[in-house]
Amino acid sequence: MTSELDIFVGNTTLIDEDVYRLWLDGYSVSDAVALRVRSGILEQTGATAAVLQSDTMDHYRTFHMLERLLHAPPKLLHQLIFQIPPSRQALLIERYYAFDEAFVREVLGKKLSKGTKKDLDDISTKTGITLKSCRRQFDNFKRVFKVVEEMRGSLVDNIQQHFLLSDRLSRDYAAIVFFANNRFETGKKKLQYLSFGDFAFCAELMIQNWTLGAVGEAPTDPDSQVDDMDVDLDKEFLQDLKELKVLVADKDLLDLHKSLVCTTLRGKLTVFSEMEANFKNLSRGLVNVAAKLTHNKDVRDLFVDLVEKFVEPCRSDHWPLADVRLFLNQYSASVHSLDGFRHQALWDRYMGTLRGCLLRLYHD
Amino acid sequence: MPGKLKVKIVAGRHLPVMDRASDLTDAFVEVKFGNTTFKTDVYLKSLNPQWNSEWFKFEVDDEDLQDEPLQITVLDHDTYSANDAIGKVYIDIDPLLYSEAATVISGWFPIYDTIHGIRGEINVIVKVDLFNDLNRFRQSSCGVKFFCTTSIPKCYRAVIIHGFVEELVVNEDPEYQWIDRIRTPRASNEARQRLISLMSGELQRKIGLKVLEMRGNAVVGYLQCFDLEGESGLVVRAIGTACTLDKLSSPAAFLPACNSPSKEMKESPLVHPPSHGCRSTHNSPIHTATGSRLTQNFSVSVPTLIYTGMGSGSAGKEGGPFKALLRQQTQSALEQREFPFFTLTAFPPGFLVHVGGVVSARSVKLLDRIHNPDEPETRDAWWAEIRQEIKSHAKALGCHAVVGYSESTSICEEVCILSASGTAAVLNPRFLQDGTLEGCLEQRLEENLPVGCGFCHIPYDELNMPFPAHLTYCYNCRKQKVPDVLFTTIDLPTDATVVGKGCLIQARLCRLKKKAQAEANATAISNLLPFMEYEVHTQLMNKLKLKGMNALFGLRIQITVGENMLMGLASATGVYLAALPTPGGIQIAGKTPNDGSYEQHISHMQKKINDTIAKNKELYEINPPETSEELIGSPIPEPRQHSRLLRSQSESSDEVTELDLSHGKKDAFVLEIDDTDALEDVHSLLTDVPPPPGFYSCNTEIMPGINNWTSEIQMFTSVRVTRLSSLNLTNQALNKNFNDLCENLLKSLYFKLRSMIPCCLCHVNFTVSLPEDELIQVTVTAVAITFDKNQALQTTKTHVEKSLQRASTDNEELLQFPLELCSDSIPSHPFPPAKEHLESASSNSGIPAAQRDRCSSWIELIKLKAQTIRRGSIKTTVTVEKASPMGEGNFRNRSAPPCANSTVGVVKMTPLSFIPGAKITKYLGIINMFFIRETTSLREEGGVSGFLHAFIAEVFAMVRAHVAALGGNAVVSYIMKQCVFMENPNKNQAQCLINVSGDAVVFVRESDLEVVSTQHPTANCQPLCAGGEVTT
Repeated sequence: MTSELDIFVGNTTLIDEDVYRLWLDGYSVSDAVALRVRSGILEQTGATAAVLQSDTMDHYRTFHMLERLLHAPPKLLHQLIFQIPPSRQALLIERYYAFDEAFVREVLGKKLSKGTKKDLDDISTKTGITLKSCRRQFDNFKRVFKVVEEMRGSLVDNIQQHFLLSDRLSRDYAAIVFFANNRFETGKKKLQYLSFGDFAFCAELMIQNWTLGAVGEAPTDPDSQVDDMDVDLDKEFLQDLKELKVLVADKDLLDLHKSLVCTTLRGKLTVFSEMEANFKNLSRGLVNVAAKLTHNKDVRDLFVDLVEKFVEPCRSDHWPLADVRLFLNQYSASVHSLDGFRHQALWDRYMGTLRGCLLRLYHD
Repeated sequence: MPGKLKVKIVAGRHLPVMDRASDLTDAFVEVKFGNTTFKTDVYLKSLNPQWNSEWFKFEVDDEDLQDEPLQITVLDHDTYSANDAIGKVYIDIDPLLYSEAATVISGWFPIYDTIHGIRGEINVIVKVDLFNDLNRFRQSSCGVKFFCTTSIPKCYRAVIIHGFVEELVVNEDPEYQWIDRIRTPRASNEARQRLISLMSGELQRKIGLKVLEMRGNAVVGYLQCFDLEGESGLVVRAIGTACTLDKLSSPAAFLPACNSPSKEMKESPLVHPPSHGCRSTHNSPIHTATGSRLTQNFSVSVPTLIYTGMGSGSAGKEGGPFKALLRQQTQSALEQREFPFFTLTAFPPGFLVHVGGVVSARSVKLLDRIHNPDEPETRDAWWAEIRQEIKSHAKALGCHAVVGYSESTSICEEVCILSASGTAAVLNPRFLQDGTLEGCLEQRLEENLPVGCGFCHIPYDELNMPFPAHLTYCYNCRKQKVPDVLFTTIDLPTDATVVGKGCLIQARLCRLKKKAQAEANATAISNLLPFMEYEVHTQLMNKLKLKGMNALFGLRIQITVGENMLMGLASATGVYLAALPTPGGIQIAGKTPNDGSYEQHISHMQKKINDTIAKNKELYEINPPETSEELIGSPIPEPRQHSRLLRSQSESSDEVTELDLSHGKKDAFVLEIDDTDALEDVHSLLTDVPPPPGFYSCNTEIMPGINNWTSEIQMFTSVRVTRLSSLNLTNQALNKNFNDLCENLLKSLYFKLRSMIPCCLCHVNFTVSLPEDELIQVTVTAVAITFDKNQALQTTKTHVEKSLQRASTDNEELLQFPLELCSDSIPSHPFPPAKEHLESASSNSGIPAAQRDRCSSWIELIKLKAQTIRRGSIKTTVTVEKASPMGEGNFRNRSAPPCANSTVGVVKMTPLSFIPGAKITKYLGIINMFFIRETTSLREEGGVSGFLHAFIAEVFAMVRAHVAALGGNAVVSYIMKQCVFMENPNKNQAQCLINVSGDAVVFVRESDLEVVSTQHPTANCQPLCAGGEVTT
């Protein structure tokens, strides 16, 4: 006796969170049943394996039908076929768009194209995340990217509006879109110690300060190049950053800067001597990173440069985080006292963001 | 020209892409009613067109308004080739035709295509202007209200219950016409959908005319069915109960109808003038006939059983002169009626006087092509024959009426089994006619009917009993005789005294039959039927005894015929009626007494059975001594009655504790194990697994013994098709397969709904069909309702004055009410937290610790489990929601009125006639929909399961959309009458037909009501609902 057909349809669509998670994680029905059996659900409920199999199949079928709607979450809200309470709708969407840390670290900053998709197999083997789940996560990134890429206005707001994600998840997606668009390198061995959270934090600061949208004025001329306000870095700003070079090129200015910082920090740093010895190197590193940002390739290497030029030297001298903070604060503030330096606003826009990023990036 | 129909097409959304090149659609809409068609402009290149059309006006007869559906077709404009159809919407405008129901239909309707399913939605507004009809010889019956609900609808009062109305219309099935060979499946499906819609419209109109003739204004318990007779045609038939209903205007008037003084009955507020219409000719494509032409059809009438108690008889004393008088009265009231049948299953208090037992009749017919659709009298005659038989069965039981009456068919090829069943009863005449003879009888009735047991008293003469029965004096009033067991097809009367809780009892049976043709086949079937009836009855009786119960309610026996087998499935809700004697145990007797091991085997089995009975009694709380304790605590006003109850219970309690064989000798049920069949019977008895802790199930409206429903409900449909593996099956193997199928299905349901514990599956409705040789299809529709465990234990009392009961639960409601408010103030997710609040409210509220201690440990355990499950889910949603920006927006969506805007309102569906924790304020009209879905890409749509899952979800969606468009927020008395599924996996094809119906209503939460009108604190029409609110 075999069941040819076996379905359960509720007026309110039943969503089992555990099964949903298994489905999202890309397990096949039989794997999911095995996992559920292992969770001890049979003992708890007194059900049989056949019941569990039928229940799992049923949920998988429902999720499969819902998936089409989840690709455009507003559709899920307006569709009539599945009656789902709003809180459950939110849960479905949020979980569907949630991603694995291990996976996002692999694709962050990469071009979300078909070529990358072929690499999903490798990622799956490497991370232990099922290929199915990798594909869903990758497709989610790509879908969100496609929708908001050309859109004007706040990136986070756009994502929230079109995908109905929570604030937290929308911010994460904004970071993913921002990284994918600017193709920041995140995969180098040097950068492996950084988490997605670190990058997302930097992305947010950069979106807030370094993009066209960050300038704050609403675009008056619709023809002007402000379509991707939040997604692209402000080209003009990057050009201007060259002007900062004078801080390390002009020897007097560099010496004056160093003496200002050293005077203030003397006795306050545990690593004062190391700082004093390294000041010029560090300052050169930071300013050169700025000056190079005119080239796309160097923009991509921003994080590699920051780690190489700043994080690693400090770490090798065992600077405590508090010292790094004191140094960076003083380093950016003292520039205001340099009489010969005219680009104070530019410096603040650059260094304000960079300081935040560096502090976040500075850990083991 | 008595009516003007106005239609406006507003907009569409989520349309499918029809032009691959542009990924867009050039959509326009055709609006058709009768033979008139209007078109909107083409809205170019959009998947969300805004037509915003003018008002299309159709000037039509109200007759057409009743028969015809409004047909809206969405098409894609194509300059060079034919326009492609996207899909259709059929709107039944009947609800607009009577004054109290909906005034406008407006909202988003799913656009449905029989091949592709739902493809987007369309926003439509429909209005009807009805002109006064002065024509007395009219064919229409506008104004007659229809209800699927099988009781008097909640916001009405029955002035007169007139009685049985029936009608049937026949036509050729378009699927079998010659033209079907050349047209597309889509065209054929649409022709069928349209025809059935037209036929049901006509049927309803004709029934309406009959109601007007009887001077009624409504049909209650309206049940319409289709018989797909294949080659021989398509029959649409309907039965119902004609009534004169009076709308209750103020909430205060929600008191039951019986409380109104009898003189009120005389002022019959008939809205409609008598219409003794002569029938004019009418060019309808459907035909009914009134003539009489006899055909030489083959037909076998099957001797049927009358189900009542069974046991060794002992005659009692005479029943008193009152009974005779009453019978006389009722008789005179009912004699004028051809068939004194009532499709109602629940009645106004005082209506039902005595219940005799279940009466049923079946007959096997050979279908013959309906040569002349104008004369469908053979079908009429068939049913008349069966009804006549039912009537005579009822008479044999000393009853003049049949209540809880229903009819059904099972068709396989050219053989058709017609079945009818009901409960023989004696009714109170005052509801049946304009009260002329009330007077003293009225008073005597009130005096002589003890509360809660009157309906159990035998209506027949003890000296002339139609069958051997064991009678005793009623355990409640000690005045009248009662049978030892009572079977009925109705719901448990609200005033019945029940001990403990009830449970779902099913008898399942398969019998192989040789494949045969025509008359030989029909003869074979009719030879098998009596045996099946007998076995089903025996199984029911055994299982009932095993549960330690003594009465069955809502009994429904379905016999299904297939190519090579017959299936019988009986479902009922078993209860322990306090008025009836305690059932004896089951005794097993062997035929070969000298075999030692055999004896041992038998005694082992006997022990098992006794253990099961004891366990069941504990499980269902059938514990008469404890009940009597509780009854002392409960506010029953008459102490006299008390002592009696006590006495009877203590008597029976002795019997319970003994449970020995000496008692068994007296009136235990003896099972003789003389062959393998009987052995198997015993085994199957013991394999029925009780539902898991925290679950109850019944097939009646409400679960006896539970009266504190919380408002979370979940209606569902589950379908299973099983292929029998081997070709040379035996009856035993077949029985086991079928039994497993049903048991597994139930287990799956319990598992799926485990998050609702403690809960009860109500109105569990099983339907069996045999679509092919080796396929068994079982369809279940039911509703799961949560209830409050603490209160359940506290109030096992069953019949109390409503006000008193109300008072006793008041403190809980007061406590819960502010909590509801605060749960509502968390706007983002009103679901789990509300539940949480409820839980905590109930566990912390004024339930004395002593009472809580009484909860046995397993109950506590389940409750704890349920709470932890819920807590877990809440935690996750909270984190999601807190961060989510859409919470507030969603809340706005939810609280918005359910119609006419882009947000989707929640529409509840339930097979019950009420919604727990809420009051129905308005009936908007009947929902009766028929859909066909077909696919030629079965694998691509996820196989048979994927196909049917999607289709049923779509059907639900379309029902909800129609209800929302009428301005309603729920469907009550929802029923899936047909789900015919056919597959051809080799061709990658499948087809399914679904027919659903129900009553669209507006309901208001009771808590909301109380806010509005605190001056009516007793405005509680449902005795069953607790105050707590949870939105589903």
